[in-house]
Amino acid sequence: MGELRLMKGNEVIAEAAIRCGCDGYFGYPITPQSEVMETLMIRRPWDETGMVVLQAESEVASINMLYGGASTGKKVMTSSSSPGISLMAEGLSYLAGAELPCLVVNVQRAGPGLGTIQPSQADYFQAVKGCGHGDYKLIVLAPASVQEMNDFVDLGFELAFKYKNPAMILTDGVIGQMMEKVELADFKPRWTKEEIQANCGDWACTGKKDRKRHVSTSLELDSELMEQNNLRFQAKYKEIEENEVRYEMIDCEDADYIIVAFGSAARICQKSMQIAREQGIKVGMLRPITLFPFPTKTIEELAGKVKGFISVEMSAGQMVEDVKLAVNGKVPVEYFGRYGGVVPTPGEIVDAMKQKLIGG
Amino acid sequence: MTEEIIIAGFGGQGVLSMGKILAYSGIMQDQEVAWFPSYGPEMRGGTANVTVILSDDRISSPVLHEYDTAIILNQQSMDKFESSVKPGGVLLYDPNGISRHPERKDIKVYRIEGTRLAAEMGNPKTFNMIVLGAYLKVKPLVEMENVKKGLEKSLPARHHKLIPLNIEAIEKGCGELETVQE
Repeated sequence: MGELRLMKGNEVIAEAAIRCGCDGYFGYPITPQSEVMETLMIRRPWDETGMVVLQAESEVASINMLYGGASTGKKVMTSSSSPGISLMAEGLSYLAGAELPCLVVNVQRAGPGLGTIQPSQADYFQAVKGCGHGDYKLIVLAPASVQEMNDFVDLGFELAFKYKNPAMILTDGVIGQMMEKVELADFKPRWTKEEIQANCGDWACTGKKDRKRHVSTSLELDSELMEQNNLRFQAKYKEIEENEVRYEMIDCEDADYIIVAFGSAARICQKSMQIAREQGIKVGMLRPITLFPFPTKTIEELAGKVKGFISVEMSAGQMVEDVKLAVNGKVPVEYFGRYGGVVPTPGEIVDAMKQKLIGG
Repeated sequence: MTEEIIIAGFGGQGVLSMGKILAYSGIMQDQEVAWFPSYGPEMRGGTANVTVILSDDRISSPVLHEYDTAIILNQQSMDKFESSVKPGGVLLYDPNGISRHPERKDIKVYRIEGTRLAAEMGNPKTFNMIVLGAYLKVKPLVEMENVKKGLEKSLPARHHKLIPLNIEAIEKGCGELETVQE
């Protein structure tokens, strides 16, 4: 068993990065995730593992530093909160277009604009549908506990390198600021030159010797060739959809109604489920862990067995669109949410479920 | 067993660290714990509150609308959280600065003169540990041995010399708890 600690979600992101052999963190402070870089600066991993921690001059600079680091086969990451992620949109599209692996953490706050520093899940569309331009996808992981914040750093890097694609941890101020018991992973050393050669040797720019030149670019002016690139990306996204869907089902076996919720909303909904079940309402929950790829098939299967779904989100109704697509009209799909930094209470959700889904 | 607690007062009263010590004490006896603070602009000199949950089972929501126990340390928090105590639950408060005392009849109410006792001990920083002591008298959910371990874990090593004083404050709080209604 690993080391047990009481830590904030944000602190755990930093500790997990050091422990999983991350080579570099590049970021710019913003509430509610500033503890990530703060923890890294206090931990001084450059003394311990040689990991670089750098406060860039802006989010735009951070994401482009990731592009540079990723091009050389290094495990690089950044973290920010909603407005900062918007600034990174261009860079993310370039990283996806150049097929470079990296990890981006979004500890969401409420928008639009500068909005407020309170928690939100209104960046679902931004994360899942692609916040930058072009046909690309991020692999999106949605932790619902401090433990998952720890686990998904390593998993995020693993998936990013497996598919040569940026991965994102999409969380929010609730999980970022909350302290829970966490079992920390054991230390993994950073990749050596030889390991980078073995893992990324066919694409990384590691210094050309006796091989063809490697170029990290998203630019391809020949449209026929650019279409080929896009076909390759789409095939990759399809492969990700087939192999990497992750979700948790809670009490779905006998359920008449299903709550679909991710991240902190899923935690709140677990309490709502307890309350509803005490009142004799048979409700279960599907918690998508990967938002892309989305558990479409699972929802489709559930749609044949239940009376209805409710998507509970801290947004004005974003994931509900994907739930509707999966259910495809078989049963009603409702939405409930609070937003603008307001977090719904378990009781409110039960009331909404009764009113919208069950009737009365 | 699941105990859902809100601790609410002014920023600077040690509300967050009291919650952290309680949560660490829970970990020391193998419980599941969650600590969720209010965060934001209101923390600067304004009100601060933290939800602490101790449980033998996996914890669901860190965001709650009602609590088993409310520990209330200023008037604003009394106004905000008195109504959030579950029927039959516990409200523990420091009467210092309180102009409107608890009115509900369906909850248990206790008082601890934390501000006065901390002044008497000659160190206002012991305030939160006096209140923690009073809470542990009402709900002895964690062993004193584990509170000591929790203090060791949550205080940086340079402050470990203060642990005996903190323990003394906790014991003081245990001894000075007043029952208002049960």
